[in-house]
Amino acid sequence: MIGQMIRQIRYTNKAFWRNSAAAVFTFAFPVIFVVLLSAVFGGGEVRTASGVVVATSAFYVPAICVFAVVSACFTNIAMSVTIQRDSGVLKRVRGTPLPAGAYLAARVAHSVLISALLVAICTVLGAVFYDVGLPSLPAVTAALVVGAACFCSLGLAMTAAIPDAHAASPIVNAIILPVLLISDVFVPPGHLPDWLNKVSLVFPVRHFSDAMQIAFFPSGSTFSWPDLAILAAWGVAGLLLASRFFSWEARR
Amino acid sequence: MSAAIEVAALSKNYGPIQAVRGVTFEVRQGEIFALLGPNGAGKTTIAEMLEGYRQATSGSAMVLGADPWENDPAHKGRLGIVMQSTGVDPFLTVRETIEMYSGFYPHPRPSDEVLELVDLSAKAGEKVRRLSGGQQRRLDVGVALAGDPELLFLDEPTSGFDPSARRNFWDMIKALASLDTTVFLTTHNMDEAQYLADRVGIINEGVIVAEGDPETIGARDTAETSIQFRLGAGAPPLPATFGAATFAEGTVVLSSADPTRVLNDLTGWALDAGVSLDGLSVSRPSLEDVYLKLTEEQDP
Repeated sequence: MIGQMIRQIRYTNKAFWRNSAAAVFTFAFPVIFVVLLSAVFGGGEVRTASGVVVATSAFYVPAICVFAVVSACFTNIAMSVTIQRDSGVLKRVRGTPLPAGAYLAARVAHSVLISALLVAICTVLGAVFYDVGLPSLPAVTAALVVGAACFCSLGLAMTAAIPDAHAASPIVNAIILPVLLISDVFVPPGHLPDWLNKVSLVFPVRHFSDAMQIAFFPSGSTFSWPDLAILAAWGVAGLLLASRFFSWEARR
Repeated sequence: MSAAIEVAALSKNYGPIQAVRGVTFEVRQGEIFALLGPNGAGKTTIAEMLEGYRQATSGSAMVLGADPWENDPAHKGRLGIVMQSTGVDPFLTVRETIEMYSGFYPHPRPSDEVLELVDLSAKAGEKVRRLSGGQQRRLDVGVALAGDPELLFLDEPTSGFDPSARRNFWDMIKALASLDTTVFLTTHNMDEAQYLADRVGIINEGVIVAEGDPETIGARDTAETSIQFRLGAGAPPLPATFGAATFAEGTVVLSSADPTRVLNDLTGWALDAGVSLDGLSVSRPSLEDVYLKLTEEQDP
């Protein structure tokens, strides 16, 4: 079973890199965003989730790690699995002895690996160009794994709400972009009105941001257990929704 | 030899719609069985119940001795399924695609052999998205053959093919069947059923209306033979003993259960009268005639 998974992850990976436009954007976007956002808003200082005050440019390093993980997991899984559902790939796999769940699990594992690579790239970028110290490895790993798993699971659940492949991109973006805007990813903390701040705490992205910021700029513990717990709860909810409503076939 | 597929009183309802209404048939091991019928007759619904994608509302289906709805992986390993529309990853090559699917099966067929069978050896290194429609369809079959199946399902395999691609495809399926693979085919193409199938079931509105050898189905071997010709202007009228029905522009059609004698009489009369029988043709009812007759009878 493990061998089968690794084999499938390798095929997923091969196909991922061959789709060069998508692969380049997956990696180029976070880098472009770190550079641009730091250049535009990076002048001042900002109080991060732990209370530590850092340069705004430094704040963007973990923030863009969050953006990268959400894109590679939630957005990518929701869109690519919908396309595979509609083109009949999932249905075909269900006609073989490979458990279809294992096929999806390989895609999820691949997204988590890509996320890890993106976080590593952003971290190195931050250390080299923005004077951001390396984060605690266990804390950033915990945030990455819990966050990536949560957003993959929500991405799978999301496919159930997408009627067909043409609708995937508008629906996913309409949901994720506003959430990213209010979750201390593009806009540094301190700009939201109080009510919107409260709204943002309902969604998982804000908790992922806080966990990531605390791993990079701790005051006291590097782990943010409450945020990780809320992320895990969203992940479980996503998995339950997916197991109930996920469709292996295009909707007619 | 035992049956590869045994279906008894199988039904499927979608809400109030009865897509399949109590069909019973059997597919023997090693034969090509074609389910022939118009669009919407219930062919794909039957195929998908046999493949394990749909649960029957009532009745029973046994495929290679197992209930397909159990979706047992070991059972799946003995089947090859070509559906009407199924995709593969567009960014993998032909060979990678075959090899990826081979890996899911306990006893796969060597990839080179699969490529050879579906005539894609020359395209092995090509990305799937660069293949033509016909090549992609052959790859669909290649993927279904990767596990060296005992039973191959083909759901409308050649729709959208041009005639020569279709003929090549048919020859490929014939070759497979000669390797002891049982084939369950659904089609609305009469020629396809005629060319490929050892036995045909004609289905209309969820009911099997005839089943048998394509040569004899619907009593087409014993039905009256049709003799057609044209009589030129000014020819003497055909003697009433022939009981002919004359159509527009001088075309005459005779039906007979004894064509040998009628033809003898007819040509004898024509020679005596100095008349030419232009465009003389003798034909048994085609599978298409049988099919149209059977499917029209069912219409409300």
